[in-house]
Amino acid sequence: MTDSAAAPLLTVHGVRKAFGATQALKGVDLTLARGEVLALIGENGAGKSTLMKVLSGAHAADDGEMSLEGAPYRPAGPLHARSLGVCMIYQELALAPHLSAMENILLGIEPTRGPFMDWGRAREIARRALDEVGLTALDPATLVEDLSIAERQLVEIARAVAVGCKVLVLDEPTSSLTQRDVQALFALVRRLKARGVAIVYISHALEEIEALCDRFTVMRDGETVGAGVVGQVPVHRIIALMVGREVADLYPRSPRVAGEPILELKTLAGAKFPRAASLTLRRGEVVGIAGLIGSGRTETLRALFGLDPVGGGEIHVRGRLAPPAGPGARWAQGIGLVSEDRKTEGLAQNLSIAENLTLSHLDGLGPWGLVRPSRQNAAAEPWIKAFPIKCQGGEQPVEALSGGNQQKVAIARLLHHDCDVLLLDEPTRGIDVGSKAQIYAWIDKLAVGDPAAGKAPKAVLVVSSYLPELLGICDRIAVMTRGVLGEARPVAGWTEHSLMLAATGQDQAA
Amino acid sequence: MSALPKKSSRVLTLLGRLAALAAVYAFFAILTPAGKGFTSDANTQLMLQDISVVAMAAIGMTIVIIAGGIDLSAGSAIALAMITTAYVLDLGPEGNKLVTAHPVLLPLGAVAAAIGVSVFIGFLNGALVTWLRIVPFIITLGSMQMARGFAKLVANEQNIYPPAEVQDLWIARLLDPSKNLYTWPFLPVAVWLVIGAALFTALFLRYTRLGRHIFALGSNEKTAVLCGVPVARTKILVYMIGGLFSGLAGVLFFARLGAIGQPTEAIGYELFVIAAAVIGGASLLGGRGTILGTMIGALIITILRNGGVKMGWPQYTQEIVMGAVIVVAVAIDNLRQRGRT
Repeated sequence: MTDSAAAPLLTVHGVRKAFGATQALKGVDLTLARGEVLALIGENGAGKSTLMKVLSGAHAADDGEMSLEGAPYRPAGPLHARSLGVCMIYQELALAPHLSAMENILLGIEPTRGPFMDWGRAREIARRALDEVGLTALDPATLVEDLSIAERQLVEIARAVAVGCKVLVLDEPTSSLTQRDVQALFALVRRLKARGVAIVYISHALEEIEALCDRFTVMRDGETVGAGVVGQVPVHRIIALMVGREVADLYPRSPRVAGEPILELKTLAGAKFPRAASLTLRRGEVVGIAGLIGSGRTETLRALFGLDPVGGGEIHVRGRLAPPAGPGARWAQGIGLVSEDRKTEGLAQNLSIAENLTLSHLDGLGPWGLVRPSRQNAAAEPWIKAFPIKCQGGEQPVEALSGGNQQKVAIARLLHHDCDVLLLDEPTRGIDVGSKAQIYAWIDKLAVGDPAAGKAPKAVLVVSSYLPELLGICDRIAVMTRGVLGEARPVAGWTEHSLMLAATGQDQAA
Repeated sequence: MSALPKKSSRVLTLLGRLAALAAVYAFFAILTPAGKGFTSDANTQLMLQDISVVAMAAIGMTIVIIAGGIDLSAGSAIALAMITTAYVLDLGPEGNKLVTAHPVLLPLGAVAAAIGVSVFIGFLNGALVTWLRIVPFIITLGSMQMARGFAKLVANEQNIYPPAEVQDLWIARLLDPSKNLYTWPFLPVAVWLVIGAALFTALFLRYTRLGRHIFALGSNEKTAVLCGVPVARTKILVYMIGGLFSGLAGVLFFARLGAIGQPTEAIGYELFVIAAAVIGGASLLGGRGTILGTMIGALIITILRNGGVKMGWPQYTQEIVMGAVIVVAVAIDNLRQRGRT
């Protein structure tokens, strides 16, 4: 490496890209130096993904210039980009599950001797690549379908390493990883960085960016609106750049008064998890459940809501015993659930916003119990305005919305139903900061209620892996450890550190 | 009739389908040799009869497909319903048939029995799909074979010829093949029945709670469960409705054949019926489909089959054309969908 550090490895200047009438990129500038980790941040729909697809050759730019190592860079396709050393790791991993880790790593670059596969060299290359990403103990012949999500991601990075990548793009790489895997990934990113690889790191999690990245570039509405050195710009400025306005307080918290208990769990157990969940939820309260992934938090909500079988214990609603029942009965009791997985469970993607929003509560939308589509749309309209949900109207299919707006539809369903108890499972996972702020504001509003408008305070139970969020919005937090739910204690007594300790079972004193 | 796309795009889709229908009709009207009489009254009559059977069964199939299912047993259910109708009308000893004594009641009983049998097949389909959690393709592949077998068993592997007086009863006149005019007010009774059933079903899908639940179930079953939709009950009902329409189509088929029961008829009919729904815009992934579209699809399928014969195309050419039309229709639909989102 004789190049001076000052000469950028990759530059992007004035890149534009349109899809039909939509201008997805309106002139983007970016520079990337060797051995640098650049954070690319922006709300969903800001154009990050489009930019990365242009960079990795999946889309051709309409206009603008790119250069790699001083030479013009115009990838003809993803394969061409790879061969030039620009590799992309998508959020949805792109591995063939029925092939081995080795075969996946070598896909497209198979070493051959004459017309035959050179298996000896293949194993050697795969071994070296796997070692480099830290999978030293993994047999290259293991089928990808037998690997964990984290291991699959590393195999995919190994694939990039095997072709000698110079620029590695990671699109929200931590969205489905556990805390420990995240640390391993960070260590790997730092190793690659030390070897001179330039990394573009796309993430919504600002604390990840602070921990890992050197510089940041912010995109909004298809343009780069700001850039800077991580640590020199306060977080609220970055958020303001992303959202395009100042967000006064991400976690609003009005004075709340806890009312009568509305939901009580008494050593509730599921088929396997939870083993024992006891909790009292009152009107006017936001209670959080923290814990590791797989500790039984989601299962608690699902058993309570009748989506999973109940194995034991009691559920009391408004002071009365509510025996195990299906979701239909729970909705009727005024309980609503927002699924952690809005894509495959929470929303019917090809149905309209209005259809999704009213599905649990089709009453009163026409004479004689009939349902009039126009009334469905009319019922959705106030929520679309109030949230607000960015869309072309209630008739638009949910699949056309951004993740944040989809999530608002999923939550609005509970508001349309006028639920008294809101069970929210990872309500802000993978959505942009602007939508997060709006959802937090709504949670606060619901917990406070509006006596003037005759709206009684609601009770909210939130499961989240994002600790700042729980600490920010909850009145009390309980921690789940291996299927057992601890006592819900006032939020003032918790810190991120103590929550992590409790989640990993090291908080025996409590 | 799904509440999906914007109104303007819905109208556009409909116009596109109508244009395709007109194009197919015009193609044969112009190219068929004049002597073959594609546009003659007699042939129009024949096509109306064929359309009635396919369209009636396709109404039920559309509901099943919207709910995310498939019913391969439709053709066999049509045959079994037809055989049941013939069997009931043929009850009684030779020379002293029951139908002679009860010329009004017995046809009604025959229809009730036919529908009862096919609804029961639908119930089995739905119940097995729900309780065994096996994909509907496999379950209905099984019931297709079984229903066909029962049809042959009931008919004793022969055609059933009910007594001659049945020919003059209303049940045979639903679609009287001997008349070369459209009869009743303008169209055969069966065509009116289909129109009525289509209208009713379209309104049912659009305006009832069960209708909205069917779309939700087909679009995403997990979401339906989450939102408290009684999924098991809805699914079983959907297949029963599918069976109901197959049964009605079987009664029409009985009339179409000249009031006889042939256990080996309507083989492979489920494919025409599915094709009608798919050409009409129903998605085999569920959650999407309209009755009006399916009706247009049924017209296109029938015109293609009839026109191919009139053109003197050999069987294989007809099959190739039919297959190509299905693929092209679905491909165009897919491209439009992708263009929108």
